[in-house]
Amino acid sequence: MSTATDLLPAARGGTGTKTGGRRFGAFRLFGGQSSGGESAAKRVQFSSPFLPYLFLAPQLAIIFIFFYWPSVQAIQSSFYLEDPFGFGSTFVGMTNYTDVLKSGEYLGIARFTAVFTALVTFFALSIGLLLAVKADGVIRGNAAYRTLLIWVYAIAPPVAGLIGMMFFDQHIGPIVELARWFGWDIKVGLNYFDTAFSMVVVSVWKQIPYNFIFFLSGLQGIPVSVREAAAIDCRSGFRRFWTVILPLLAPTAFFLLIINVTYALFDTFGVIDVMVKDKAANNPITLVYKVYMDGFRGNDLGGSSAQSVILMLIVFVLTIFQFRFIERRVHYN
Amino acid sequence: MFKKFSLAALTIAFSATSSFAATNITWWHGMAGRNGEVINEVSKKFNEAQSACALTPVSKGTYEEALASGIAAFRSGEQPNILQVFDAGAATIINAKGAVIPAEDLIIKAGHNFDRNAFIDGVRYFYADSEGKFVGMPFNSSAPIMYINDEALKKAGVEAPKTWEEFEAAAPKLKEAGYIPLVQSQLTWQFTENFFSRNNIQFATNNNGYDAVVDTQLKVTDPNLIMMFDKLKAWKDEGYFAFYGAGWNDNQKVFEEGKAAFWIGSSGSFGGLQKTAQMPFSATFLPYWGSIKGAGTNSFIGGAALFAMSGKSDEENKCVADFFQFLTSPEIQYFYHKATGYVAITKAAYELAQKDGYYKEKPVAEVGIKQLMLPAGDWSKGYRLGFYPQIREIMEREYGRIFSGETTVKDAFDTIEKEGNELLARFAKTAG
Repeated sequence: MSTATDLLPAARGGTGTKTGGRRFGAFRLFGGQSSGGESAAKRVQFSSPFLPYLFLAPQLAIIFIFFYWPSVQAIQSSFYLEDPFGFGSTFVGMTNYTDVLKSGEYLGIARFTAVFTALVTFFALSIGLLLAVKADGVIRGNAAYRTLLIWVYAIAPPVAGLIGMMFFDQHIGPIVELARWFGWDIKVGLNYFDTAFSMVVVSVWKQIPYNFIFFLSGLQGIPVSVREAAAIDCRSGFRRFWTVILPLLAPTAFFLLIINVTYALFDTFGVIDVMVKDKAANNPITLVYKVYMDGFRGNDLGGSSAQSVILMLIVFVLTIFQFRFIERRVHYN
Repeated sequence: MFKKFSLAALTIAFSATSSFAATNITWWHGMAGRNGEVINEVSKKFNEAQSACALTPVSKGTYEEALASGIAAFRSGEQPNILQVFDAGAATIINAKGAVIPAEDLIIKAGHNFDRNAFIDGVRYFYADSEGKFVGMPFNSSAPIMYINDEALKKAGVEAPKTWEEFEAAAPKLKEAGYIPLVQSQLTWQFTENFFSRNNIQFATNNNGYDAVVDTQLKVTDPNLIMMFDKLKAWKDEGYFAFYGAGWNDNQKVFEEGKAAFWIGSSGSFGGLQKTAQMPFSATFLPYWGSIKGAGTNSFIGGAALFAMSGKSDEENKCVADFFQFLTSPEIQYFYHKATGYVAITKAAYELAQKDGYYKEKPVAEVGIKQLMLPAGDWSKGYRLGFYPQIREIMEREYGRIFSGETTVKDAFDTIEKEGNELLARFAKTAG
């Protein structure tokens, strides 16, 4: 926990060092003032030692009520089999966990979730970065490009899913028409691969603008002097990008990596829900969707709780892995 | 958004006009669009018909969402007076002893008469307990029927089939005439649950689950059901049957566009189909197998029922009973039948529609009721199975795999039976 809270703000905004200004570039993008540089000198002193805790209290209360409490409840009910209306519950120990883990269907969903998360994260990050680099290079009409690229971010996930579904509709979808030209008969909702393909495409499309905003502001925060020096030292633009620009973008990229993995695991729920139209059937779904299906549609509270605890553990392990191994390659200064 | 506001405004208007003396009751339902508007109209009619009670309907999204909200509300003691629960969720609410007051008890306690025989046969049992006492009040009821593309039949020179054997004979001609002979919209409801009732075959032990929760087991490896799906698979390979996935509309669409000859859909789809179908259509009963002895019995209802939730004051319960009574009156049933396409649930309402000449004008509207009124068999009244929405999920998954050639019919049903029985055993523990 402590690593996460210590480092996330650093990744997001920097804290008053020279590089801080770079990452506040996000505000510059929207016409705000860069606030880096001068803040190092301002160290606020509180008159009472309790005051800071008082200021923190609302945030802590929210975290407690909306995160810790439900988590504890989930852990507790994962050991019980409960009737939906809450009349009685039977302690069943680890049964809910063993039932889930020995189910071939669940393991299949877990496998799909891993592949899906990897694909969405990879494509959303790389395409976002590519667009940001290109938009950064544009001199004339760059505002129009940016607006066009950022605009998609304003769309809510279910709406994105709905639009995606229309594009991929078996009967009226333009992408389906296009694919048929090339001899590919896309059948979303019927064919496992086709459905998975369209889910990835729509999820990536939805996330690109977010990555784009951060990468672009990151790029704009790189001091001109550094770029000029690099340009003098090396003629190859590609090598310059790999050796100079990308390392300077690393904190942004690391922050986005975590955000994107979380997005692919959890926020794609709306997209999936619309695409499978409430009926998972033989279609791919992610672990989170399975939790919803069993808990809210199937009223199996115990089984659903066990699954969400498993999911919580997966995310926990993933986060530790990211901060321990990937973060080492990130330099904040 | 506008709808939400107008609903809120409506709510305020209701509570304002009837705030004195009137008892307020709430009704959570899972209907949106036109069907949701009709619910508001029905509630308005009830509020105008008397002054003691004020009913407020609240849309909670889909059926599943309505049930989930109802359960969550019950757990925190904030439940509505009336909750609409769909067919597959019936076991969940009926087996939760003490969550609801049986509709029949409620109505009798309020001093009304209650005659089970006033309801048409296919409606009478599904939401009742094993003794036949009404636990839920059937509300929007439908039957799976076969819609017919009249043009296709004329072009191919065939008659609408009564049995699947007749369909098999007609299919090649329909295909030759350039049509997809058959599509359907929900394999679980139409070709599994209603397969058992239409062909009078046992679906699950313990009297299809009505008698007890413990040790109830599916009997989906019945050779007749396997035969049905072997046929469907063969028909699909021959081009006599097309499958577009578990989504309802994906399958309905080809019929609306006039590309398919027959579509197995819900009698409740009639209202919408009149607007969307691009060709003249009619309808007939869901076919059965002539080869199965005793087949041709009635189908049971789909749709949803209203449940009176417990933990409310006597006054409020009286209002709920009054509303149920109001809802089953022939006039209201007829109004609802006409406005939505769902079937009339009482014999009196059906007779009223007949007398009014409604079916002369719209013969398709009568098919569902007639199918529900067919002679009943031992196994035609439906099923009562716990965790059933999840069992349906398993079926949908396996059916998808059958048609994509990933599994055989036999293996698929073995899997459904195994996983389904595990779920039933788990449910038995929660209800125990």
